[in-house]
Formats: sequence, C-alpha cells, structure tokens
Amino acid sequence: MISNMPLTPLPPSSITLTINGKAHTLDLAPWTTLLDALREYAHLTGTKKGCDHGQCGACTALIDGKRINTCLTLAIMHEGHQITTIEGLEDEPDKLHPMQQAFIDHDAFQCGYCTPGQICSAIGMLNEGHAKTEADIRELMSGNICRCGAYPHIVDAIHDVMHQTH
Amino acid sequence: MHPFTYICPSDVATAVGSFTEDLADQPLSTQFIAGGTNLLDLMKQNVARPTKLVDINRLPLASITELPNGGLRLGALVTNADTAYHPLIQERYPLLSQTILAGASAQLRNMATNGGNLFQRTRCYYFYDTSAACNKREPGSGCGAIKGYNRVCGILGTIDHDPKTTCIATNPSDMSVALAALEAVVCVTGPQGERTIPIADFHRLPGDSPQYDNTLQAGELVTAIDLPPQGFANHYTYLKLRDRTSYAFALVSVAVGVMMDNNQIQEVRIALGGVAHKPWRKREAEALLIGQSADQPTIYQSVAEALLEGAKGYGYNTFKIELAKRAVVRALGIVFQQNQ
Repeated sequence: MISNMPLTPLPPSSITLTINGKAHTLDLAPWTTLLDALREYAHLTGTKKGCDHGQCGACTALIDGKRINTCLTLAIMHEGHQITTIEGLEDEPDKLHPMQQAFIDHDAFQCGYCTPGQICSAIGMLNEGHAKTEADIRELMSGNICRCGAYPHIVDAIHDVMHQTH
Repeated sequence: MHPFTYICPSDVATAVGSFTEDLADQPLSTQFIAGGTNLLDLMKQNVARPTKLVDINRLPLASITELPNGGLRLGALVTNADTAYHPLIQERYPLLSQTILAGASAQLRNMATNGGNLFQRTRCYYFYDTSAACNKREPGSGCGAIKGYNRVCGILGTIDHDPKTTCIATNPSDMSVALAALEAVVCVTGPQGERTIPIADFHRLPGDSPQYDNTLQAGELVTAIDLPPQGFANHYTYLKLRDRTSYAFALVSVAVGVMMDNNQIQEVRIALGGVAHKPWRKREAEALLIGQSADQPTIYQSVAEALLEGAKGYGYNTFKIELAKRAVVRALGIVFQQNQ
C-alpha cells in the first residue's frame, strides 16, 4: 500500500473556491474532495457525508446550478465555479428557500441527515426542468436515499414547490 | 486516497504528452480524469492508485456536432445528462437517450462524461474488495467470484479454465450497450496520433489478461464518440432489469433497434448488458429476424436462444441465462408493438 506513495509529501496548494457567493481561499492537497473541503476546511458542515461513494446523495450540492455528488469530485477541479450549499439557498438573511419551507410544511424528514442533500437535489431537479409528475420526481430523485423512509412527504414537498414555481 | 500530482492542461496535445512521461514502469500511474465518478470511487477504495491525475475538463471536447455523413459527433466531455436531453439525440437517437437515463442517478449523470462512461471499470464485488482475490485488480491472484457470491457476474464470454486468469466480471455501462447497438465509433488521440475504434472493438473480453477492460494503448485519450446516421428512431427500446426500480446496475439489459419497411424487418440490432465483460451482440441471432414480418413472436424465442448460446452460469448468477432470454423476448415484443 505504501509503495506507490511519493517519497516526499506534496505541499498543499492555495485554492480559491466560490461558495455561496463568497470567495474562500483554502490550503488544500489535490486529493481533497469537494465535500471534505466544504466541511473540514470551509467549515460549512450543512453538506453531509453519508456513504462517501456517490450512492446516497447526502453530499449533494449545486455547481453552477447543477446538482452533483460533492464526495466524488476534487475541490481543485472547482476553482471558478459557483458552489451553492444548503447554507447558501436563502435569497435574503433569515428567510428560508421555498424548498426548505416546503420540507418543514410537509414534515419531509425524520432524522434530517439526508435533508440538505435532498433539498439541494430537489432544487437542482427543478432547475433541470424534466420532472412533470410525481413518478418523475421519484425517478429523478433516486440518487438521494432517505434511511428513515420519509419519501412520501419528500415527494409531496417537492411536488408542492414544483407547482408553485413552474 | 493515495497522494498524487495534479495537472489541468487546456489542449489535447499537452494532455496526451503529459501522459507519456511516466509510462515505462507503471502503466496505470497516470490517469485522465473528467467527471471522476468511477475513478475517485476506485481511488478511495484503494483499487486505483494513480500517482498523477491529468484533469481533462478544460479540453475543447464539450460539444455535440453534426457529421457530414448525417451522423452526430458526441464530444468526450459532454455530460451524460446533457447528451440524453439534447434535442438532436432525443429526436434521432432516442435509444441512446433512454439508455443513458436508465443509468446512475441524476447527480452522477450531471458529472459523468460520454468519454468517461466508456471507462467505467468492468467489475464484480470482488474487484472492489481489496481483501479478496481478483485477477482483474491483481493479475494472477485468483478469482473470488467464481465460487463466491457471483449473482451480478457474467454468463457469456467468461474465462474460467485457469485460476490465474479466471474472470466473470461484467461491464456496468448502460450507455455502452446502446452504443453497441448503434455501432458507434470511438475517436482517440494518443502518442502515435489519431485513430478510430468501432465500439465492438473498444471493450474486450477477459481472455488471458482480465486486467484490461478495453483495447486502448497507453496514453490514448478518447476525444469523441461518433454516431452513424441510422438511429433506429422509430423502433427501439432499452429494457433494463435490476434489483430496484431506479439507480441500480442492470442484472440484464437489452437494447434493440429495428428498421422496418412496411411490416418487414430490414435491419435489427440487439445488444445485451449485464451479462459479459463487454456489451454482447451476435449477428447470427439478429439475422434470424431479417426479412421477417414483425408479427411473429415465435421467432423471438429462437433469437433469444441464439443470443444466449454457450451461456454458462456459476451458481448464484445462473438465473441470468433464463432472465436474459425472457428479456430479449420481452424487448422484441415492446419494439414490434410500437409498429402496430
């Protein structure tokens, strides 16, 4: 395992990430995932680490408005991108994004661990504009697992916002 | 994850050139990264241990363009999502669109690229488990799957005569199954220049070197995938059977494209996924349908039997043989119903 490691450790390099509209200059090694950069270096812990393998969706955030798994990409690959996390959804301070409010109104979570990923994913899905029905929502949200099984209320919440805004 | 150096060139020549520097002793020490969805996962699992990553995301390969012959060129860096929802793909190659959308999750399709999709590692559970024997991961170490829990493993084109080369892994890509049916062509640039590879010759069977999933030479970079003019837009389907309704690899999948003249079958392509080290086609099976009328379901079973000829189960995955036959019959039924 150790044999392939370079003999001298590589120094971290200074990387500037634009997160929720604000520039964060961080010293990161190239192998730092975007998820770890958000949580451990920018100290934005709203984005969750679930499986760390792209299978659960808890780490979902928006890059230039598109939803991705932040655990399966390197921070160094995202200089110059607009990164939006659950902390940056509000248009104005202390006012929830309609999707956040809908999740509260519909009781769309139990433990809440998957919720930031669910909400970012749902917003990304509405940006994409391909969901028309509840069945579409279920299919296009399949990358977000809820271990508590709150799916019916999650679908209701998203459906609600979809009809309010589109 | 093992430490590595990282570069992000902005032109193809630099990307290919940076690869060739350290070929000699460690052929997989340099790897290209685009979406990274499979590579980074493998690096976290300690299955892939590159010492240098060449980020190709700044290369000018992110467009879908018309080809003079009436086909389309899919840039290697166009995402799977943008490809599946592209108006020209939906209109002329709906089989490809349907197939891409049957794979992965929306997040992964937003990240994964067309070029990268071809490089999803052919695999089974034992390939991902570094405590198990796997000839694909560690050549010569044996095969944990052959007598293990091999439910997801292959039934066609498998190699099992020598413990040191045995491999029954399957290629997980949905997109590649549609590309096989469409007879796409892969465009590559490497240290020796440019060349094209028919999709049927891009992925390979395990043979005596299961560590290789494809026929690329070291340092070659996929720049585009060319789709021929015939997209089978009127009669097609992708039938994917899996353990849950969405976001799971295929146990068995079938891509079918048919060209009809009145009620007579002129041309037919059938490609299977989830059953082999690469998408599986058999011209002899397809030929059984040529010239036939579409309303003869009795032929479907003969086609299925011909496609699955020589299939071999290894215990937990033996059900795939019958499942694949029934999937072929069902898929043909779906396609020919579209005609009626």
